[in-house]
Amino acid sequence: MEQSVVDKVKNDPNFKTLVSERSKFAWKLTIAMLVVYFSFILTIAFNPSALGAPLGDDTVTTVGIPVGIVIIIFAFILTGIYVRRANTEFDDLTAKIKENAKGE
Amino acid sequence: MMARIFLFLGLSFAMLFAAGAIEGEVEKQSLNMSAIVMFLLFVGGTLGITYWAAKRTKTAKDFYTAGGGITGFQNGMAIAGDYMSAASFLGISGLVYLKGYDGLIYSIGFLVGWPIILFLIAEQLRNLGKYTFADVASYRLRQTPIRTLAASGSIATVILYLIAQMVGSGKLIQLLFGLNYEIAVILVGVLMILYVTFGGMLATTWVQIIKAFLLLSGATFMAIAVMAHYDFSFGALFATATEMKGIEIMSPGGLVSDPISAISLAVALMFGTAGLPHILMRFFTVGDAKEARKSVFYATGFIGYFYILTFIIGFGAIVMVFKNPEYLDLAKQAIDGGSPILGGNNMAAIHLSHAVGGDFFLGFISAVAFATILAVVSGLTLAGASAVSHDLYASVIMKGKADGMKEMRVSKIATVVLGIVAIAMGIMFEKQNIAFVVGLAFAIAASANFPILFLSMYWKKLTTRGAVIGGSLGLATAVLLVILGPIVWVQILGNEEAIFPYKYPALFSVTVSFVGIWFFSITDKSDDAKKEMEAYEAQFVRSQTGIGAEGAVDH
Repeated sequence: MEQSVVDKVKNDPNFKTLVSERSKFAWKLTIAMLVVYFSFILTIAFNPSALGAPLGDDTVTTVGIPVGIVIIIFAFILTGIYVRRANTEFDDLTAKIKENAKGE
Repeated sequence: MMARIFLFLGLSFAMLFAAGAIEGEVEKQSLNMSAIVMFLLFVGGTLGITYWAAKRTKTAKDFYTAGGGITGFQNGMAIAGDYMSAASFLGISGLVYLKGYDGLIYSIGFLVGWPIILFLIAEQLRNLGKYTFADVASYRLRQTPIRTLAASGSIATVILYLIAQMVGSGKLIQLLFGLNYEIAVILVGVLMILYVTFGGMLATTWVQIIKAFLLLSGATFMAIAVMAHYDFSFGALFATATEMKGIEIMSPGGLVSDPISAISLAVALMFGTAGLPHILMRFFTVGDAKEARKSVFYATGFIGYFYILTFIIGFGAIVMVFKNPEYLDLAKQAIDGGSPILGGNNMAAIHLSHAVGGDFFLGFISAVAFATILAVVSGLTLAGASAVSHDLYASVIMKGKADGMKEMRVSKIATVVLGIVAIAMGIMFEKQNIAFVVGLAFAIAASANFPILFLSMYWKKLTTRGAVIGGSLGLATAVLLVILGPIVWVQILGNEEAIFPYKYPALFSVTVSFVGIWFFSITDKSDDAKKEMEAYEAQFVRSQTGIGAEGAVDH
């Protein structure tokens, strides 16, 4: 890539918006996933009986079962949230940046 | 010429199976014709696809990336295909069967790496790379050392993973089809060489997609059949299961006992996934960042769904296979007592398929398990061969001046060599304890591949010296700690006590790698280092926007 293109893109306000918005968003979601997963893993390490408690008096199903399934679904929903915003808002910004970089 | 080779091989396989089948009948297992017919259908179909793909694979770009024309949905399915190996299908359902809840803990660990891959590396990877992840890692660093290290990390991961798959496949096929172990391993090796050398990434991708579809359909059917027995009530299923195996299967057991092991396993699974060369390579098969993102979205959905199914299947096996006289291993019971099932715990899903769907469905699931192995070894071999041809041959030896055709030829030779190595290793390790190899593969991917890739994208001050020294230290630490750990040092080498007390080294080796890269980068005051930092800006613009990225679909 030529330096002129790099400079042009770098100074494009759209690029600054894209980079800061996307990285904020991506890190927020990453942290959400890490917090959920490590809370789960650390509960297993320090207090496994919390997940082993039955859901009710007349059932053997434990708290851990819905918690585990919800983490799986949560991971999938997070990817959906990211893709939705990235494929619309971020891609529109990227298209604008590319347009500006091309035209004089 | 090629058509004739295929015809000949097809006939030889048919004959092999005929021989194996007779042998099986003479021994003890009931001859499962439906398994053999369905397996032959799969092999025939995929060889047909390979033939079709071979005609479309003309350039190096076709060979490595299927021309870059795979859609996000297809790639998501293929990624899921790569990830849902026979080890995870049979292994996780077997773990659920054995320990209940612990199996779920394991599968969650395997899943949560995916969102992280999407948020932090998927699109940057697509925007910067061409054929292998080393393209990205070496983007602004010195080609020779970085490519050499990245290729070593890739090849080590691929070979370890291949050993696990080959040994598993040999045993599985031996059990299911009554074929001799060596023949089974050779058969897998030869088929995989055919898929990859002739059909390249296009054939490999479609083999993955078909296999993922078959596996998901089969597992869905099994899970529904199990749930139908209990009027779709999880409570009723769990109630019966605990009556058979005790209440402790509903809570976390001994899989992760201390906090260090728990965190270390989590680190290995998360960062390891993001450093597996055959997974990373899949991102170059799509046209742009948008499709790369969609791939991960679909893949996460399929993989998550699959893990929920394996959980139900494991519990289904507890209620329908455990203590069922039909699947009891009487010989083993006579020695060890208890209620062992034929073929060991990892056969739980296979026996369950028979319990819910009879011989026909058992045949289907057996054929799917075999297809799974074939697909996964093909993806692995392609990644290993690309590391040899694209990173070592074209970039390190030829300094980027190799022509595409020659590079592709080297890649095909590397495929054949890797295939032979895989067969040899499969036979050599037949009777060895290989419990450590997949863990080691993940540890290496997490400690050597991932830190370099990640920092090359996000950290301006990364220099060649830092990446090479830190990455090598991470690699060495991972290998050393696995050798000194409880599995190799105690179980395999027979020592009294492990020098390194934890089964999973990733927490330590990943830390060593990151700290090493950081330290040897910031202390690098050379002129090269300065240039490398200056080049970050242009790389960053491209990684964020895709401007200048290796073209989308160009035909």
